[in-house]
Amino acid sequence: MKPAPMKMRDKLILRVVSKVFIPFMFLFGLYVQFHGDFGPGGGFQAGVVFAAGFILYGLIFGLETLREAIPPLVVERLLALGLLLYGFTGVASLFLGANFLDYDAFSPEHPMHGQHIGILLVEFGVGLTVTAAMTLIFYGLAGRATR
Amino acid sequence: MPIPIPIEAILFCFLIVMAVVITRLQDLFAAAMLTGIFSLVSAGLFTLMDAVDVAFTEAAVGAGVSTVFILGTLSLTSKWEEQQPRRLWPFLAVGIMGSALIYGTLDMPAYGDITSPPNQHLARQFIEAETTAYVESHGDGHGAADHEEGHHDASHGEAASHGDVHASEDGAHHGNKGVGLPNIVTSILASYRGYDTFGETAVIFTACVGVLLLLQTRRREDDEVDEDAPSAEESSAAEAKS
Repeated sequence: MKPAPMKMRDKLILRVVSKVFIPFMFLFGLYVQFHGDFGPGGGFQAGVVFAAGFILYGLIFGLETLREAIPPLVVERLLALGLLLYGFTGVASLFLGANFLDYDAFSPEHPMHGQHIGILLVEFGVGLTVTAAMTLIFYGLAGRATR
Repeated sequence: MPIPIPIEAILFCFLIVMAVVITRLQDLFAAAMLTGIFSLVSAGLFTLMDAVDVAFTEAAVGAGVSTVFILGTLSLTSKWEEQQPRRLWPFLAVGIMGSALIYGTLDMPAYGDITSPPNQHLARQFIEAETTAYVESHGDGHGAADHEEGHHDASHGEAASHGDVHASEDGAHHGNKGVGLPNIVTSILASYRGYDTFGETAVIFTACVGVLLLLQTRRREDDEVDEDAPSAEESSAAEAKS
């Protein structure tokens, strides 16, 4: 893979097409993330779509460009942050007097609103962790390959 | 008149052919590409079975990201499989295992069978609770909601003959209030089964940490040490917290 990123950046069609597509991939990822309650999708799928956007960017423009765009240190923290967000959502419902991960507690008058808030938070946590995990594995593989 | 062949059968034939070809290919690059196509065809099958969420994941992970990872691994190792001596016992083991699995499916209810136990108990209970919740949260007295409500009552009466469906199992801790999302899959995964999904997320986290530990061992011997040390500490701390 060592010479590949350099070559890909020089290919006009790949560069232009991916530049056009990557914003839409992220937009679609966000749609899948926050529309998962209503249509197919959710945190896991959105995370993978998001990570696919990052990986495509890294493949076309090179690993260093991707490292500048999203530093591995930040991604490593996001990996933990997603899981922590999920866990703390559960702990928060504990402190509000309900069971662990019982989202009814977030809005006692309208339990369904509470459910929606909880699901939104939890799915966001899943999305963060999955995006970070996929991107980090790509960093790990590509980092060894270019060495 | 030609016999109509269901598209599922055609896709399954594709899957079988691809699986055989992948095992026989020596060119690992072609095999990696075929695994991607394999995932895409399975995603098509899942869509036909109305499991759109699963199909989505299969297409994104199997056909997209994991193909990139396999190709990345190939660039680290070799693009050609070494010639292996032909042996009989792995083939036998796989054959016995496969026929055991097929023998096991013979005992299972037919796909989409409405009288099967899951469709009569757990799935039904989820669907009923969620339909009521959705109708209650959206039905401010307009006609469609009333109709849905009546329909639900009818099916509920039917369900009563199956014993105490509602009071048992998972719906209980919600007090049958439900979640009220249009996508029942999300409701089940994130709310009813929130604890399981938490575990899954933790598995992804742990797996990623493990993979990174494996992949970054060589980097530590090189001059770039600065990024690795804090990440390992932080991940163990995060695991302890969760």
